[in-house]
Amino acid sequence: MTAHMHTEHDDDGETRRDFMAILAGAFGAIGAAIAAFPLLNSLSPARDTLALATIEVDLSDIPEGSSKTVMWRGKPVFIRHRTPEQIKAAESVNLQSLIDKQTDEERVKKPEWLVTVGVCTHLGCVPMGQKESDNHGDFGGWFCPCHGSHYDTSGRIRKGPAPKNLTVPPYAFLSDTKIKIG
Amino acid sequence: MASGNREPFNNTVVEWIDSRMPIFTLLNKEYGVFPVPRNFNYFWNFGAIAGFMLVVMIATGLFLAMHYSADTGLAFNSVERIMRDVNGGWLIRYIHMNGASFFFIAVYIHIFRGMYYGSYKKPRELLWILGALIFLLMMATAFLGYVLPWGQMSLWGATVITGFFTAIPFIGEDIQVWLLGGFAVSNPTLTRFFALHFLLPFVIFAVVFLHIWALHICGSNNPLGIEPKTRQDTLPFHPYYTIKDSFGLLVFVLVYCVFIFYMPDALGHPDNYIQANPMVTPPHIVPEWYFLPFYAILRAITFNMNLYFLLGLVMLLLLLVDFVWRKKPVYLSAAGGLALLVVGGLLVLTGFTGDSCQRIDAQWLEANVGFKNMCGTLQALPGMSAEAAPISAKLGGVLAMFGSVAMLFVLPWLDTHPVRSARYRPLYRVFFLLLVVVFLILGYVGSQPADASVAGVPLILVGLLGTGYYFAYFLVILPLLGRFEKAKPLPESIHDVVLAKQINAETKI
Repeated sequence: MTAHMHTEHDDDGETRRDFMAILAGAFGAIGAAIAAFPLLNSLSPARDTLALATIEVDLSDIPEGSSKTVMWRGKPVFIRHRTPEQIKAAESVNLQSLIDKQTDEERVKKPEWLVTVGVCTHLGCVPMGQKESDNHGDFGGWFCPCHGSHYDTSGRIRKGPAPKNLTVPPYAFLSDTKIKIG
Repeated sequence: MASGNREPFNNTVVEWIDSRMPIFTLLNKEYGVFPVPRNFNYFWNFGAIAGFMLVVMIATGLFLAMHYSADTGLAFNSVERIMRDVNGGWLIRYIHMNGASFFFIAVYIHIFRGMYYGSYKKPRELLWILGALIFLLMMATAFLGYVLPWGQMSLWGATVITGFFTAIPFIGEDIQVWLLGGFAVSNPTLTRFFALHFLLPFVIFAVVFLHIWALHICGSNNPLGIEPKTRQDTLPFHPYYTIKDSFGLLVFVLVYCVFIFYMPDALGHPDNYIQANPMVTPPHIVPEWYFLPFYAILRAITFNMNLYFLLGLVMLLLLLVDFVWRKKPVYLSAAGGLALLVVGGLLVLTGFTGDSCQRIDAQWLEANVGFKNMCGTLQALPGMSAEAAPISAKLGGVLAMFGSVAMLFVLPWLDTHPVRSARYRPLYRVFFLLLVVVFLILGYVGSQPADASVAGVPLILVGLLGTGYYFAYFLVILPLLGRFEKAKPLPESIHDVVLAKQINAETKI
């Protein structure tokens, strides 16, 4: 091998050759990275997945104290028609005792309607509590069976590993009994 | 591999090939006359068994793939079709399904063997790391494969595991969307999981090849943990170990067949025979049994790691690094080390207690005024609130889980004791077997609901203590033992011990 290489005395030649080798290697690496981009980029959500339909939900069939689950962006959205007691419970909480400090007011457009994405902010399970017979957790809202997060009647995290309150999706009231999510 | 000094073969066809490409010479060298320590016990069968399981999984997986449809609308029914209509499809699927469990059984015993007899120590560090890499790849492959039948556990298991990535600050949510190809586990997720589940076994195969290559450079460890010195210490691989491996494999396959034919769903979850439904989470999500200890570690971290806790942790880690790797001259004086230990320990305790105060029951606090005052003081400290903690409980859990696997990769540098085998390390033996027990207890904790308790003890606490011991074993106990444990005297040679045993047995007769 050594026979084909420059002699050790040829210091300038060696340096030049080393530089060229590093340059060529670097160009090769950059080229490979650029070539990998379209492949990795193809894994991002496709256009049909991104074309999110907004959905309209009729609220007139949800009696007070009941809930409805609708599908939006492939995720469940919880709509709860809260009772005056539940609203009172949500509003009277001492803000300092909360993990993710938010007032009930910031989380609703009309106090009797609570709209949240029904995905636990811990690792993405759907919390229980939409049905009357479900476990509602220690705070009368939702309970995530996966890792034991308890949410209150405002969908705020009160106990357990979840770091954030249930997300409130963008929505607007079209009329008194109709909302548009998204 | 050099073809220069090759012994010619008598068979003309073999000779014709071998003189052009010396593959038979290579096989004879590596699997025929290859010298192997003569004192192996049956723990040394599990490498070959694991290799056999990899081949079984690739073979059955290939044929399952020919009948499977990777589409959320079709996947569940295509698996049911394999079970009901495809000729012998039930058998192929049950072999594959239980094969995953038995592959993990073989590999867990293989890892146990390596740790008990110190097989990870010099010069086998790279061999060990390649093995840990195979274990990691197996975990990924098993997880991807479990999603394919598109049952309830498939969907929700995938949701929880990909949810780990949302714990990464700032970019976590985007990474999760990129991995899933959508906003929830859905069709694009299933198709890419299928492609990767097909690919990864071949990557594993390649790493297994490197693992065996590295093994054949330094040779096998053995129950005594001393290197063979003369020819009397070894036996040729064939026929001695080909036959011993075959026997062990037969026994293993017998047990495997009991599961395949008599209790094929014993290791699975009934929920996975319900088609995936993104609107309903099963009341109790559990991963497959081989992930349970790691799942328990994930769930054990329910506290936020605030600045006090992390600063203390860094100080303790500095102490560890200094302790494990310091050569003379000593970097840290004894007083300096003690100061680091005390201050670091106090900071960790302050941070942990201060954060835990936020979750203590208010009524209990009213009844224990001393605690209430202490919590009040601690929480008044700057940076003690949950929001100010750089590592949330969620991220902490994910880091602990990945960290527990990472321990395997750095194990050769944490255990600095020169003696390999636990037979000659009485203290190591106790602490390691305790680790195995703790690992099994963690497995039980992982299998139970998050808020369960046994005999009034909340399992979340058991999980935290178990996690504590797991990390203490690697980061505290091993470095300390490496320095202070006095080993029993090692035997002169393998052949001495084998011979003594033989004479002993003969005089008894």
